[in-house]
Amino acid sequence: MNLALKDIRHGLFRFVLTCFGLGLLMTVVLAMIGIYNGLVSDALAVVKAPAVDVWVVEAGTKGPFAEASSIPADTRDAVARMPGVAEAGAINYQNVEAPHGGQTLRLYVIGYEPGRPGGPLAIAEGRGIGTSHFEMVADRKTGLLPGETIRLGRNRFAVVGLVEGAMNSGGDPAVYVTLADAMALQTELDPAAQRVQAARGAVSVKSASVAAIIARMSPGADVDLLGATVRQWKHLSAMTQADQEEILLASVVDKARRQIGLFLGILLSVSAVVIALIIYTMTMEKLKQIATLKLIGAPDRTIIGLIVQQAMILGASGWGIGLMLILTVKDYFPRRVVLEPFNVMVLAGIIAAVCLLSSALGVRAAMKVDPATALGS
Amino acid sequence: MALGDTLIEVTNVAKHFGEGETRVDALRAVDLTVRAGEVIALLGPSGSGKTTLLNVIGCILAPSAGRVVLDGEPVFDGKWLQRDLRRLRLDKIGFIFQSHNLLPFLTAQENVAVVLDLAGRPADEGRARARELLDYLEVGHRAMVKPALLSGGEAQRVAIARALANRPRIILADEPTAALDGARAGLVMDLMRKLAVEQEACIVTVTHDEKIFDRFDRLIHLRDGHLVSA
Ligand SMILES: Nc1ncnc2c1ncn2[C@@H]1O[C@H](COP(=O)(O)OP(=O)(O)OP(=O)(O)O)[C@@H](O)[C@H]1O
Ligand SMILES: [Mg+2]
Repeated sequence: MNLALKDIRHGLFRFVLTCFGLGLLMTVVLAMIGIYNGLVSDALAVVKAPAVDVWVVEAGTKGPFAEASSIPADTRDAVARMPGVAEAGAINYQNVEAPHGGQTLRLYVIGYEPGRPGGPLAIAEGRGIGTSHFEMVADRKTGLLPGETIRLGRNRFAVVGLVEGAMNSGGDPAVYVTLADAMALQTELDPAAQRVQAARGAVSVKSASVAAIIARMSPGADVDLLGATVRQWKHLSAMTQADQEEILLASVVDKARRQIGLFLGILLSVSAVVIALIIYTMTMEKLKQIATLKLIGAPDRTIIGLIVQQAMILGASGWGIGLMLILTVKDYFPRRVVLEPFNVMVLAGIIAAVCLLSSALGVRAAMKVDPATALGS
Repeated sequence: MALGDTLIEVTNVAKHFGEGETRVDALRAVDLTVRAGEVIALLGPSGSGKTTLLNVIGCILAPSAGRVVLDGEPVFDGKWLQRDLRRLRLDKIGFIFQSHNLLPFLTAQENVAVVLDLAGRPADEGRARARELLDYLEVGHRAMVKPALLSGGEAQRVAIARALANRPRIILADEPTAALDGARAGLVMDLMRKLAVEQEACIVTVTHDEKIFDRFDRLIHLRDGHLVSA
């Protein structure tokens, strides 16, 4: 006869309600874990997108994401000829706000050289950029559709294809254009502003510059050797892909990550206290019945089983409901919510530990209760 | 009637609560012997030590001094002599409490069967025994009902069935018929006696119920912790 299950069935409505409440709390915990993961993986998306080995940037900067970096566009030719380099491409990044369909779209414009590293690796819909001017491939989250056009700066761009998961560390969706278009967009001013500048007699001194040169190495090539070679050009420095990811996590998303991490810690503590409280109260309400069980001769193992099993059932249901709910709603979040099976299992472990610890509190009280208390009416 | 083995042997048992000014002597030098087949009543005014004596015999309360032997086994002599008192209770003693103390989450039948379950007996044996006892006590038709829906009398009879389920040789009852009307109280006492005789058990009952005094083999009076007559 399983007393734990019988007791749960006796007060089923209340138990289910408790499980559901705990489930909602677990949903929030899982959402927070997912948001945390999403933030980290979104942040890395932009660095990982070109799938290269080395980033050549302006000397003394941690560019192009953590700090601004500007190097001459023709550096690409020099880098391509360096030892071990298989392919190299110039790349440019900028944030642009563009009116579209009555709204302002905030876009992260990536300029790359078609046929060289830096472009989208996989096209989800439509095609890649085919001509050298005024075509773009947009991330699906921009809401743009193939065939639509959108004005960036002075020119109208045609959306020819869609990609997925391309964004900057702030979560703004990315669009890919050719490097030439991107550089034009960066240097050219709005006609009105240009007229003002012309009236003042100013001449644009800005030469063609890009944010970074990215390079893929040939198999077995020495990245350190390339780094040393790059540094011989006094105005350049080189970073490996790992360095670049490190910098992005350490400088760009570090605060946001710690913020969410700390909040997650508080949330987990609150959940632990709530679980402990529920289980302890559940046991306290049963002390008289536990005394009766002792009086009719139930061994400790029966009483411990009753408390621990109920705690575990509660924890498991809360976890299950939480997981189900978050899987249902996670795609409605404006930014990515990424749940790894590992996180979900760790949470299960934490809940199990909390349930065991709090049932230990209940068990302690239950062990102390005098069977004679069952006799008092 | 022929009396069997000595089941309860209480010698020179004393029990006091508290010390100094607050000291209460609930039992003073009590001697009591009960044999198989005997049904005896513990009488006395409130506070005279009836429940205390029952708890000492039931191994719920350690006496301050004295010796207790149950079913031939020495249980207490200045200290507990048995390690697993709960197992001893499960095997040898059936309790019927002043308030019925049924487990609210089990049906009447399960409340009886749980005792056999705890003793490690198979589930169908527990069910069959529970049905048999409940039928015997005329509450078989309420077997599938939870205690909250039972009348006081029905609940008390289920509690009696539970006390008898594991065929204990010592049955201790604290005012078992308080919730029953006169006719039913007599009937229940007759049933308990019949079962006691069948199972070679003894019954010690605390009662104030004069209507059933004639159902007992012996009436034992307690006053201020002393046995007045035996
Ligand atoms: N746990 C306890 N702590 C202190 N004093 C107690 C305790 N239990 C009983 N007593 C005292 O011991 C004395 C005997 O109590 P007991 O419960 O045995 O009386 P009783 O004969 O069963 O009374 P009643 O007919 O009211 O049930 C009383 O004075 C009571 O106050
Ligand atoms: Mg009493």
